[in-house]
Amino acid sequence: MLEQNRAAALADPERYELRETPVRFAGVDRRGFIQLTASGLLIAVFATESDAQWGRAVTSLDARLIIGKDGRITVLNGKVEEGQGALTQLGMAAAEELRVPVSRIGVVMADTDRTPDDGLTAGSRTTPSTVPAVRQAAAAAREILVAAAAAKFQVDQSAITVKDGAAHASGRRFTYAQLAASDGFTESMKRAPGSATLTAPAEWTVLGKSQTRLNGGDIVTGKYQFPSDITRPGMVYGCVLRPPAYGAALQSIDLEAAKTIAGATAIRDGEFVAAVGPNAHAARRAVRAMSDSAKWQEKPHPSSTVLYDHLKRTAKGAGRGNTSGEPDKILASASVKLQAEYNAAYVQHAPMEPRSAVAEWTAGKLTVWTGTSNPFAVRSALAQAFGIQPAAVRVIVPDFGGGFGGKHTGEAAIEAARMAKQVNRPVWLRWSRQEEFTWAYSRPAAVITCEAALDGSKLTAWKMANINSGTAALDIPYEVANRDTRFIEADSPLRQGSYRCLAAAANNFARESFIDELAAKAGLDPLEFRLANLTNPRLRAVLIAAAERFNFKARWRRKQAGRGVGLACGTDKGSVVAACVEVEPGGAGQPPRLVEIVQAFECGPIMNPAGLRSQVEGCILMGLGAATREEMVFENGRVTSNMFSRYRVPRFADTPKMDLIFLDRKDTEPAGAGETPIIAVAPAMANAQFHGSGRRFRSMPLKG
Amino acid sequence: MPVFKFTLNGAPVSVDTEGDRPLIDVLREEFGLTGTKFGCGEGQCRACTVMLDGRPSFSCVNTIRMVSGRTVVTIEGVSKDGRLTPVQQAFLDEAAIQCGYCTPGMVIAATALLDRDPRPTEDAIKSAMNMHICRCTGYPRIVEAVKTAARLKAMAQAREVNHVGAE
Repeated sequence: MLEQNRAAALADPERYELRETPVRFAGVDRRGFIQLTASGLLIAVFATESDAQWGRAVTSLDARLIIGKDGRITVLNGKVEEGQGALTQLGMAAAEELRVPVSRIGVVMADTDRTPDDGLTAGSRTTPSTVPAVRQAAAAAREILVAAAAAKFQVDQSAITVKDGAAHASGRRFTYAQLAASDGFTESMKRAPGSATLTAPAEWTVLGKSQTRLNGGDIVTGKYQFPSDITRPGMVYGCVLRPPAYGAALQSIDLEAAKTIAGATAIRDGEFVAAVGPNAHAARRAVRAMSDSAKWQEKPHPSSTVLYDHLKRTAKGAGRGNTSGEPDKILASASVKLQAEYNAAYVQHAPMEPRSAVAEWTAGKLTVWTGTSNPFAVRSALAQAFGIQPAAVRVIVPDFGGGFGGKHTGEAAIEAARMAKQVNRPVWLRWSRQEEFTWAYSRPAAVITCEAALDGSKLTAWKMANINSGTAALDIPYEVANRDTRFIEADSPLRQGSYRCLAAAANNFARESFIDELAAKAGLDPLEFRLANLTNPRLRAVLIAAAERFNFKARWRRKQAGRGVGLACGTDKGSVVAACVEVEPGGAGQPPRLVEIVQAFECGPIMNPAGLRSQVEGCILMGLGAATREEMVFENGRVTSNMFSRYRVPRFADTPKMDLIFLDRKDTEPAGAGETPIIAVAPAMANAQFHGSGRRFRSMPLKG
Repeated sequence: MPVFKFTLNGAPVSVDTEGDRPLIDVLREEFGLTGTKFGCGEGQCRACTVMLDGRPSFSCVNTIRMVSGRTVVTIEGVSKDGRLTPVQQAFLDEAAIQCGYCTPGMVIAATALLDRDPRPTEDAIKSAMNMHICRCTGYPRIVEAVKTAARLKAMAQAREVNHVGAE
């Protein structure tokens, strides 16, 4: 399984990795080794093949699970909690197999000195890979507990039942604490997790029931320490000088200016200029003082107004394709055919907590607390950046304030560590919102072309090409024998990387918009046309469920001034989604307003209904943002949409009437739920916009 | 440097610092009250909301000079005797927490809303909280939590009235 994942990751690297040149520098005191990217930002990413993107299997059970002599149960995993619910889900998984309430489980996540390497937290992989790994370990531990109990009771293992944290036989009981203290137990937990029998979904007592966040009490009282809340003895506060524009090179700067700020210290290392001070305000003021004296050499940078032309002009050849049948031949001779181009703007994750880190050097060993979805790769990056062994670096990831695929890197960690090394004290760093909007990476912009031929209600040929944004959900889920789908790389003006569902949102927007255009061409309603070309039973099931609940057919036929209805469906990462929406259509330059959405989603057996609902609602609203207003705007190398007042994210008032349908499929494998529910919103809205106004919006965000 | 005196979570405090330092920095760095979160620094996301003289106010644009002589309550000062308030309890019960970074600001805004409008309509909740950003985005759950909090609070007050009446 792991090998398959690794192979998939290698075959499709653009989905999760930034395509940036790794940077090496040997240490802050060795000038000349330092290289910076054109942005002036020091980035070191995934340099070696030994970084297993999806983690490594544990060889000893106690690396995954500890049952203490005090009866305490601790689950160890290398995943992170960034709001997606992994903490609670992994706790539930262990509780289920150990037959205890979830309140008995402690969950330790993402600490490179303590937890296994479970790879990157991304790609909806926690549910299909880490949850089973935890369940396997917990089930194996349960078998060991049963064996220990059988020895104590002097009965056959089959006579023992396990519940509520104790083994029971003929009216007597031993608690897990007692069993964990028995001879040989600690040694038994050294064996490799085998293939213990997992509890079937039909038998679940913990999984399948709603569980709210395990450490929620500390969140609502403000006690929980996010990465930006960490403090260390002797800690100082850092701030980094950023270039005024992408590609600007530092010509000169007066470091002495920092001395005008009490307690501040300037740091320079090549183009890396920063300041530390007794508080964040002092550090920021010191950087501002130096910045006033800085001279920069700027260079041209394409602006967002010419973005799509730039991507088309720099597209690299024919790209990588998937072809079957003879699409070109069919298209050449077809009498009914259509062609269209769609665009998607860069958008940012804009997590509420900006990138943050605290770095501390102690006797040559580096410890960093930071918010990243990729703790082990960040450890490698730090080791590489400072020329030390990975074992000399510890990365601790407290639960952090949102990621959505936007924190796969360790920029703040590296910057804080550089400053800490220079001043020999722990250093705190938290990016400003403007830094986040300018120097973090974006979801890739896309130019997508579609071309298809019809014979009656049937698709006979399909061609779709994505320039720049990736292959996720590029393959067509509809039946068509002659098809060609391809991904073509281009020169991206902005740093770009992963995002919730990444390219799937843009690809599904283009495809589902185009399918609607084809339905109109065929003279069929959008639902009939889809069903006529769709055999995937899971996708059909969500489509029909959403359409029936919404009463789509009747509402689509009943044209109403100032109202439009539309639908869309799609599949990615093993789950399926369909949405029906009503909008108030937008006018020139105005996006449609989402009034109502009925969304049906299926991801196999539901593990935590409360968590699932949160993820689906969150995806709908995040999808609404990219569909209507979110867009990175830049000119002369400067991002002008660099504040929430200029980059409009969804607000409470944008929340539509929502009706969610969850199909629970206990007979299929569980799939993640935090991404795919985002992909139907934009195309459903574009289709509703057309239905209500007769105007087709082919660009995300939607505007005429 | 000037000394600024104000009331923080019920206790008189003073701090010797630059007057143009953001209130949020002083709360976090001088008093260790890291429950107040930084989100944008321009008053646009309200993650940094605290109570200032009983009203919700952002602490990122406000400076320490501006709170001199006034009363500040942070998320750490919201609950009393270590017990969760109805709003905090409702955020847990309704699963209104995803990453939780916006939660302290949301809890303070919801607390202030219920103080002036004990039974707000859904539109009133959305309107009162509209400047608060949740990127996860838990708006529907948060609206449910505020409705539930209103019920919990009314029940708690009814119990109190009954209790006083019985005495």
